[in-house]
Amino acid sequence: MSAAAQGTSKAAHGDVAPKKKKGPGALATAYLVIYNVVMTAGWLVIAVGLVRAYVARGSYHGLYYSIEKPLKFFQTGALLEILHCAVGIVPSSVVLTGFQVLSRVFLTWAVTHSVREVQSEDSVLLFVTAWTVTEIIRYSFYTFSLLNHLPYLIKWARYTFFILLYPMGVTGELLTIYAALPYVQKTGLYSVTLPNKYNFSFDYYTFLILIMISYIPRKSIGRLHFPLQKSAIRKTGYTG
Amino acid sequence: MSTAVVFFEVEILDAKTKEKLCFLDKVRNKLQRILYLPVPDPQWYPARQSIRLDPKGKSLKDEDVLQHLPVGTTATFYFRDLGAQISWVTVFLTEYTGPLVIYLLFYFRVPFIYAPKYDFTTSKHWVVHLACMCHSFHYMKRLLETLFVHRFSHGTMPLRNIFKNCTYYWGFAAWMAYYINHPLYTPPIYGEQQIRLALILFLFCQIGNFSIHIALRNLRPPGSKTRKIPYPTKNPFTWIFLLVSCPNYTYELGSWLGFTLMTQCLPVAFFTLVGFIQMTVWAKGKHRSYLKEFRDYPPLRSPIIPFIL
Repeated sequence: MSAAAQGTSKAAHGDVAPKKKKGPGALATAYLVIYNVVMTAGWLVIAVGLVRAYVARGSYHGLYYSIEKPLKFFQTGALLEILHCAVGIVPSSVVLTGFQVLSRVFLTWAVTHSVREVQSEDSVLLFVTAWTVTEIIRYSFYTFSLLNHLPYLIKWARYTFFILLYPMGVTGELLTIYAALPYVQKTGLYSVTLPNKYNFSFDYYTFLILIMISYIPRKSIGRLHFPLQKSAIRKTGYTG
Repeated sequence: MSTAVVFFEVEILDAKTKEKLCFLDKVRNKLQRILYLPVPDPQWYPARQSIRLDPKGKSLKDEDVLQHLPVGTTATFYFRDLGAQISWVTVFLTEYTGPLVIYLLFYFRVPFIYAPKYDFTTSKHWVVHLACMCHSFHYMKRLLETLFVHRFSHGTMPLRNIFKNCTYYWGFAAWMAYYINHPLYTPPIYGEQQIRLALILFLFCQIGNFSIHIALRNLRPPGSKTRKIPYPTKNPFTWIFLLVSCPNYTYELGSWLGFTLMTQCLPVAFFTLVGFIQMTVWAKGKHRSYLKEFRDYPPLRSPIIPFIL
């Protein structure tokens, strides 16, 4: 999932090798650097916000409210990454990126924002913390890669912290959805019942349960995919 | 004066590893003969074999004649295993029988679908019975066409397609049937007028779709794989060929729009939409290959919707 190694593309423009992927042009690279810097800064803001609120309150309950707005803004902003893949300036799969970003956006808006009662749950802090640390490392990783100057520390941190952060995030997310269930059932949130003139029904409660079940295959694939990348990078000697 | 018999020497390499798989001498002109000769792995039956001039190129066809290919008397071909194959007929029969049966399970309100007190009851709305007849008719027509009308240019497709296709057809059939046959189903707002209009549209498009299938079949004599431009025939339902390359898809869209209108059911609308998107992709592809193959292709035609798409 790393950004393409521009500048190191050795293929001359007249080269016959047809499968050599050209990196994004200079303009696209500049845009991507700005994008990744802004995102790194954004998640740093969230991190600082969490720490300050914790210090001010003396406890870690209800910290969500202190970073609610930047969290929504920067997590939703990540939707742009789908566009980056679609347009081709980032060499990742649109589908894979789409799933990842939409999963985060779903949790931010359709669960945490929509079900007020879960906002004070500790599970929210759990996934927010995991996301924050992950994203700060990830976006700085991309920034440095684009500039062809990736400090080993960041690369190491990305693949090492993942081991802790991934299960932490998944646990926080699952617990939050689980906490939302009773309120969704009670209020019939986002649900449509029969009879109605469109002959359609949707039960958000059941849908959330299905989402929780889908975490098993989805997250196992993600859990395996990432370390595979790490060993692939080791083998190819990619130095970013 | 008899023409001399030309023999070829053929060497077949694996497209990926470039290792020599087999060498055949004294091969006669038609490619087809190669496919039936022994190849290293006995599970590589002919339908699975893709033989090409270039490792990344297009597959050659069974009917291709060696003499007309850009090869010398010693030909090198590349072989690629296409994976397990399944015949189009098998796929079509399976994917169409599913919706037929599944819809009827919901229509007869078989146990464990709706609340127990509704088991084996019938709907009190006559449009529900009409919808069942239309849906069943549609899939029976498709099954019969598969058996007696269609002429397939490729015999097989990859095996995994059957799982993908059946999930799509069977899944949507169940989803639609659940709501249409539900005890709490609400009939269309504009009542009989709406249903009558919808039925006319549906039947018109079913006949149209069938007419196109027959016309396409008649384009191609039995056993041949020649490709020709389809033109309107005496049947008025085929006159749409003047404006559209793939009117079978146009009529299919019309049928499902009719069914949506008839049942006023959102899942049916979704199914129509998804089908429309897929058929548009297919129609555009077909239109493009017509344009590439025929210099004199009628310029007025659009892929699927006259003048628009």
